[in-house]
Amino acid sequence: MSRNVSSESAQAGPVETSIRQKLNDLFKPTALEISNDSSQHRHHTAMRAQGGGNGETHFSVMIVSEAFEQKRSMQRHRMIYSALADEFNDGLHALSINAKTPAEIVPQGNADMQ
Amino acid sequence: MFGRALRSSTSLALRSNALRTQTARPTANAFLARYLSQEHRSMIETAVKEKPLVIFMKGTPDVPQCGFSRAVVQILGLHDVPADKLRTFNVLEDQELRSAIKEYSDWPTIPQVYVDGEFVGGCDIVMGMHQSGELESLLQKHDIIPKSASS
Repeated sequence: MSRNVSSESAQAGPVETSIRQKLNDLFKPTALEISNDSSQHRHHTAMRAQGGGNGETHFSVMIVSEAFEQKRSMQRHRMIYSALADEFNDGLHALSINAKTPAEIVPQGNADMQ
Repeated sequence: MFGRALRSSTSLALRSNALRTQTARPTANAFLARYLSQEHRSMIETAVKEKPLVIFMKGTPDVPQCGFSRAVVQILGLHDVPADKLRTFNVLEDQELRSAIKEYSDWPTIPQVYVDGEFVGGCDIVMGMHQSGELESLLQKHDIIPKSASS
């Protein structure tokens, strides 16, 4: 499995680039996918107030990292939110997070692991 | 019915005179933007305990203004939460509430779900708990929904 498996796209904006860089640096993910969902939210009240937003307001992140071992879902969210505090202060509005450990994405043969 | 209780949801009365005077001063305003004032904190503490289940959301359960808020309301609706156990706050009606709740929970996004005053999470977490069955157990444990008759 290669590091930084990511959906790097040519038109990634500065916010997306910065999110990717910080998550890569902090969590050394074995997989990281970031998708920009901003265009689906342009007409929302909050975004209308900002003239439709800057096109980088809503993202989904799928991240797999050993840093999430022994961490509950809320702790994983908090880790990511705090890593991206600057982005949230600068207009990042919503982040949908799917954070897993490598062990959790391996197909499980037995179900006794909760 | 779930929706009926929520219809009465109003914004939190955060607009006390004291706060108005404070926000009128630019220096105090800058301070407030960063730190949760004691007045805000105690109002939020009251609000999150107003009912066993409290949701801070955008819009109302009948007319949600955001897909994430809508999802949370729908998930909780699936569990038949009785009207008298639930209170929602529409943060779009109250900018002070909106920033105060984010400071209070140290969580940058809306919606936010609280059970017996304790922060549970936002949309992704509630969705995950719903899928794993944790949400039902949590709601049962706090007597928000009846415990299953059989196990």
